[in-house]
Amino acid sequence: MKHIVIIGNGISGITAARNIRKRSNDNITVISGETEHFFSRTALMYIYMGHMKYENTKPYEDWFWKKNKIELVKDVVEKVNTESKQLVLRDKGNLHYDVLVIASGSKSNKFGWPGQDLKGVQGLYSFQDLQLMEENSKNIKQAVIVGGGLIGIEMAEMLLTRKIQVTFLVRENEFWSNVLPLQEANLITRHVRSHHVDLKLNTELKEIQGDANGKVKSIVTNKGEVIDCQFVGLTVGVSPNIEFLKNSGIETKRGVLVNKFLETNVKDVYALGDCVERKYELPGRRTVEQVWYTGRMMGEVVAQTICGQKTKYEPGPWFNSAKFFDIEYQTYGNVWSELKPNETEFYWEHESGTKCVHVIWDKITNQFLGLNTFGIRMRHECFDKWLREKKSIDFVMEHLAEANFDPEFFETHEGEIIRKFKKATSIISQ
Amino acid sequence: MKYLKPLGLALFITGFAIFNISFFWSSYQLTPEIVKGKISDERKATTLLQEARDLIGTDASSNFKFVAALSAALDKVNENQLSVFGFTNQELDQLAAYNKEKFSIASVDSVFKSENEQNAFKRKSFKDYGGWLDGQATSREQIQNVADNIKKYGIVNQFGFDRYAVKDLKYSLTKASATSPVKSNPALFLFLTIGLCIIGSLLYILPKLQLPAGIKNNGVFFNAMKNVQWLGILTGSWLILFYVLLYFYPEYMTNWVIMVDPVSKLLSGNEAGRFFLYGFIYTLCILVMGVRMIINYRHSKYQILRTCSVMFFQTAFAFLIPEIMIRLNQPYFDFKNIWPLDYSFFFNNRIDTLLANGGLGVFMLVWGIALIIIAVPVLVYFFGKRWYCSWVCGCGGLAETLGDPYRQLSNKKLSAWKIERWMIHSVLVFAVVMTAGVLYTYFTNSSWVFFFDSYKLREVYGAFIGAGFAGVVGTGFYPLMGNRTWCRFGCPLAAYLGIIQRFKSRFRITTNGGQCISCGNCSTYCEMGIDVRWYAQRGQNIVRSSCVGCGVCSSVCPRGVLNLEVKEEDGRFGKAILIGNNGIRLAD
Ligand SMILES: Cc1cc2nc3c(=O)[nH]c(=O)nc-3n(C[C@H](O)[C@H](O)[C@H](O)COP(=O)(O)OP(=O)(O)OC[C@H]3O[C@@H](n4cnc5c(N)ncnc54)[C@H](O)[C@@H]3O)c2cc1C
Ligand code: SF4
Ligand code: SF4
Repeated sequence: MKHIVIIGNGISGITAARNIRKRSNDNITVISGETEHFFSRTALMYIYMGHMKYENTKPYEDWFWKKNKIELVKDVVEKVNTESKQLVLRDKGNLHYDVLVIASGSKSNKFGWPGQDLKGVQGLYSFQDLQLMEENSKNIKQAVIVGGGLIGIEMAEMLLTRKIQVTFLVRENEFWSNVLPLQEANLITRHVRSHHVDLKLNTELKEIQGDANGKVKSIVTNKGEVIDCQFVGLTVGVSPNIEFLKNSGIETKRGVLVNKFLETNVKDVYALGDCVERKYELPGRRTVEQVWYTGRMMGEVVAQTICGQKTKYEPGPWFNSAKFFDIEYQTYGNVWSELKPNETEFYWEHESGTKCVHVIWDKITNQFLGLNTFGIRMRHECFDKWLREKKSIDFVMEHLAEANFDPEFFETHEGEIIRKFKKATSIISQ
Repeated sequence: MKYLKPLGLALFITGFAIFNISFFWSSYQLTPEIVKGKISDERKATTLLQEARDLIGTDASSNFKFVAALSAALDKVNENQLSVFGFTNQELDQLAAYNKEKFSIASVDSVFKSENEQNAFKRKSFKDYGGWLDGQATSREQIQNVADNIKKYGIVNQFGFDRYAVKDLKYSLTKASATSPVKSNPALFLFLTIGLCIIGSLLYILPKLQLPAGIKNNGVFFNAMKNVQWLGILTGSWLILFYVLLYFYPEYMTNWVIMVDPVSKLLSGNEAGRFFLYGFIYTLCILVMGVRMIINYRHSKYQILRTCSVMFFQTAFAFLIPEIMIRLNQPYFDFKNIWPLDYSFFFNNRIDTLLANGGLGVFMLVWGIALIIIAVPVLVYFFGKRWYCSWVCGCGGLAETLGDPYRQLSNKKLSAWKIERWMIHSVLVFAVVMTAGVLYTYFTNSSWVFFFDSYKLREVYGAFIGAGFAGVVGTGFYPLMGNRTWCRFGCPLAAYLGIIQRFKSRFRITTNGGQCISCGNCSTYCEMGIDVRWYAQRGQNIVRSSCVGCGVCSSVCPRGVLNLEVKEEDGRFGKAILIGNNGIRLAD
């Protein structure tokens, strides 16, 4: 029996462990320095907001691991020795592995701002970050969040539930406009503001200022504005958490470099999830994909490979989702922030200004390329199929109602969307 | 606007406090008129007046004192009658001596020969209760048994007060004897208690309209009420106490019943009973908390419609129509209550009442049976059990409105699911056996079915399941174990609906491809304790007998993963698939 050791008990490592267990009887050990049991990182905000307790965020009950003979070790891997196949743990000594799976996730970025290590300045990634945030935000009145991404907006929503005033510094000229097309970015910008967030666009952080006790007391923007605050959230992206692999012989660049089989350059060492950087390109995907679904899919793939059925990581069409305060967002296929030369678009927005649909297709071939939907739930299954089958935009629009995934009795908009689409496209073709 | 919420809270607390104070705020004076008004048998009335003479003309200062004294008087009457009419050991010995070989019923006449009332009773009752001994070899013990039965049933029935009469009299005499501010001003007190509570609640709830539409679960797990903290425990204890009083000691809560007398008179023309009070408060809870539910979920048409539906069915079908039926001299009937939730549907007294009421009565009987054998399977097939549990049912209605703040308290563990399946199906079996026994008795007039007594069985069911489980545990435990404890672990109708939903229905909750992020909101807010996430994160349809289709899992999901759907049956039990990953075949 092999000893398969997995570093990281996030979605990547745990999916790998579970799927290996389904196919083999090998010994499986999962190591994490964060929490004893797997919990859902995406639910961190809900713990802070009181929607759930930490317990509720664990996808499996505590007995599950023993029953499935997955050994859990709470410790930090300080070094990996690939020659002797040994891990050096901080507390529990050395651990031998036959197969190593690295699923160590990400860590929050910091860009060397003056004052970034003051008390009350933090990112949000780990469970410990959440505890720190609980402490840092106690009895405070004002907070500043830097960086307009998904974690930033979650942090804003979190702080608002504690009646803390939030100022949000965003470098772009609309919220998340490096990812979203301008129309959607604008819709979300309005929505964020409707929740009384002081959103400052085109604004960057220059400096964080502290008081005599080393606690943050204000920040200075690149425009020279000084904003008083007792908390600063740094949410300017995450990067692979791979320091402990230094000198291990495992090749890294931004992340751990892997081939199509998620193998690293060292035999019997695999890597997956947030900490990975693919050596090969996949159409429409970045080489470092820090999303939940990627970790999960890679976990399924690597398990198959480790259990003797070599499988490539070949994800289907891109999909993702998020929620911005009250507005749900889903995306299928690729909708870039700016149209590519071969692309054209149709954008529909509901009169309420809180729902929209944005479709992209190829100008010449009419092939449907991607869709963003805000405030209307749509069926993954349909779009996955249509994208794979390279359906035309007309086909997709004709069948749009089939893809509706909103609950029963919800107002439907397909009629209006299709009408407007036809009008818009007939003008184009004339 | 800022002050509405605290003002509402203050009004609610005031109303609630007056309600509680009014429980104690009365004195009681029994009069011969009251006793004669409630006891038609003149002789019984006179004996009771004798024993209760201390209560006549003097004020008892509290319900506890009054009920205790009254109860003692009723017991005393029974005791006296037993000693007057009971068989002495000597008499029984004598009877045994007469019948050494075989028992001859004629010997009774010889033993109790002198002509007086006692002997006349003894002769007659022994012949009635012990006639079957005639011609048999009989032991002294058997003779004793007959005498004991006469004591237990014959004497108290004829000359004293049996169990039911005692319960009834304690309640009705206490209610009639009350002299209190409430009694002289019931309408005023209705306003000062329940009225203030309603106004207060609405003032507390309505400002939520200013918040943007969307999920309102902020702070749920920091809340002293919603997280089994002091306030929740206190509320639960109050509710439990209320139910225990209502079902087992209604004589103490007469002051509350008096408050709703005017309402009852307005509707049915009769004085209110305790269950009128209960129905009245119950309906108001559903209405007021229904408003809250609608405001909280106003971004979801499904939730709005569903809530309106339970508000309507409770108000019209459970509360108003039955009262109006009574006003029209028709039998009390709740057209939406279905056996076996309505466990007494086949009790002989109810069947007799319906049959005695001509065409309408027969229609009601047929309607009730059609609900059981046609409506349940057909509607569950097309819509899932939700058509009843979260659109029509009164228990469900209360759970979805008053109980909504507690839905997160249901236990999601696998072990709880196991207990649930055992428990709810046992109750179903119990209900079926009990009803079969009752019907057997109805048609054969024999109370003994195999080895059990159908009267005893229905009484046990009524006390433990009907009152104890559905009432005390079902609602009293809202703040402790979640709002669907009864629906999940106890309701036999839910079990029946669930079996059909599981095996023959078009209903399922579908999951949206690979979009689940395992956050756990769905499982946390599933009032039935279904671990929805377990299915969602592996891309498997949720087909569970217990799902009441409240749709809250779908509402709270931040990624739009869940949808309650009715579609053709094929593919309902789909294999786990997570869309989005090529070359992967998920192992089971
Ligand atoms: C607040 C927040 C919200 C998010 N929301 C979404 C979302 O809505 N949708 C989405 O797609 N993605 C979301 N993400 C991103 C998503 O959570 C990550 O992509 C995903 O969790 C990565 O999983 P992983 O298993 O690769 O890594 P991780 O979940 O980071 O797990 C890695 C684990 O390894 C442990 N570890 C690392 N190094 C060591 C070591 N040397 N020794 C021991 N243990 C170690 C870490 O402590 C950690 O527990 C969100 C992230 C955050 C922080
Ligand atoms: S699974 Fe969903 S719809 Fe069914 S009872 Fe639970 S929360 Fe309600
Ligand atoms: S709420 Fe939605 S995203 Fe969260 S676990 Fe449930 S189905 Fe998955």
